[in-house]
Amino acid sequence: MNFLPLWRYQNQLIDGAIVTLELTVISALAGLVIGIAGAVALKGRVTPLRWLVRGYIELFRNTPSLIQIFIVFFVLPSFGLKLPAFEAAAVALSLYFGAYSVEIIRAGLDSIPRSQVEAGQCLGLSGWQVFRHIILPPALRNAYPAVTSQFVLLLLGTSLASQVAADELFHVAGFIESRTYRSFEVYAVICAVYFAMAMSFKALFAIIGLAAFRWPRRR
Amino acid sequence: MALVEIRDVHKTFGKVEVLKGVSLDVEEGEIVTIIGRSGSGKSTLLRCINALESVDSGEIRVEGQKVHAGMPDLKKFRQRVGIVFQAFNLFPHLKVERNITLAPLLTGRIEKAKARALAEDVLTRVGLADKIDAWPEQLSGGQQQRVAIARCLAMAPHLMLFDEVTSALDPELVGEVLKVMEAMAKQGMTMILVTHEMGFARNVADRIVFMHQGRVWEQGPPAKLFANPETPELASFIASAK
Repeated sequence: MNFLPLWRYQNQLIDGAIVTLELTVISALAGLVIGIAGAVALKGRVTPLRWLVRGYIELFRNTPSLIQIFIVFFVLPSFGLKLPAFEAAAVALSLYFGAYSVEIIRAGLDSIPRSQVEAGQCLGLSGWQVFRHIILPPALRNAYPAVTSQFVLLLLGTSLASQVAADELFHVAGFIESRTYRSFEVYAVICAVYFAMAMSFKALFAIIGLAAFRWPRRR
Repeated sequence: MALVEIRDVHKTFGKVEVLKGVSLDVEEGEIVTIIGRSGSGKSTLLRCINALESVDSGEIRVEGQKVHAGMPDLKKFRQRVGIVFQAFNLFPHLKVERNITLAPLLTGRIEKAKARALAEDVLTRVGLADKIDAWPEQLSGGQQQRVAIARCLAMAPHLMLFDEVTSALDPELVGEVLKVMEAMAKQGMTMILVTHEMGFARNVADRIVFMHQGRVWEQGPPAKLFANPETPELASFIASAK
């Protein structure tokens, strides 16, 4: 075992880790927006829209995300939409994360009792105000643990983007391995990096959760 | 013109006709207490008055304005009609102050700079000024219900509806809520209450309305109604409520 040959690739590893972080955060934020919008649509009255969202969820939750990335990167260009590797992976992973987020956030919205909505309506608030100020904050709190664990799955899943040659951590590892022939060492290092990133996010989310959701739980 | 005019209101849930032609007037400043057995339609009638339920036929007018779920200025209307629920329904994620000031701020009734003063004012009226920075979960049931009343008062309603507001409370907490309501009654607020608190009905209400099987069965001033019920149904209800 010899880790020394990897030392000269430290800048590539750092760059790869940064790209992984960017890919994760961008996909998570976009996916979260999809998740909230999709959950609202699922609870809405427009039937074709509900079908559309339902179809989207089933499609993305029941197919390999690697193929989803391939489709965006290799197939969409023949329909005139040509995206670079990073962007293609970000689009595919956003849709993937969004599909899970819709279900998680819908469950969060469903957990808010009807009486809360009525209380808001009875104070003369509009539908949007009731949603924004009365339903959404406690719904997000209830959805938060599931969203954060899904986020960690997304972080690990970004390694799939290596298959379309996006310059993220796993792709960098392959490159270093091909130069050094030190397979075990390379993958041990990036495994540790993924682990450290995942644990750091968990700690960060715990702190954010404490700061954002300060009201006491129902006894 | 009465503040609330209810004319021959019918309401059906599925196959069950809950209201079978209810008519009732409530004058400005009047305290009307609706009593009756479970399932007599009391709460449904109350929920129809602020359009939480829509009536199937007949009509309800408040301040001359016809009330229904699709009315054009429903939001404005509800700002004038407060309702307090059995389960308090405070917003658990907002402190007491924000529970109270949320609606006045969002509806543009007050400016941000005056919000805290408004919360202090209405909390003082329900005797909870010291709880302005508490979370709802930190309060007892009686305190939560008084905050719910304060939240309604902050909208300066013309009419207040109370739907069994003491039914979910421990017996020793009922008194503090009734005291607040009694004080509001003395200040001239128009109030319609559904309640099982016969003592309150007897001592504070101007008029008792006894509902039975979806109809107004009997009504009148409390002294007369409790002493000389005209119908056997009311007589047996009073006997069972003692």
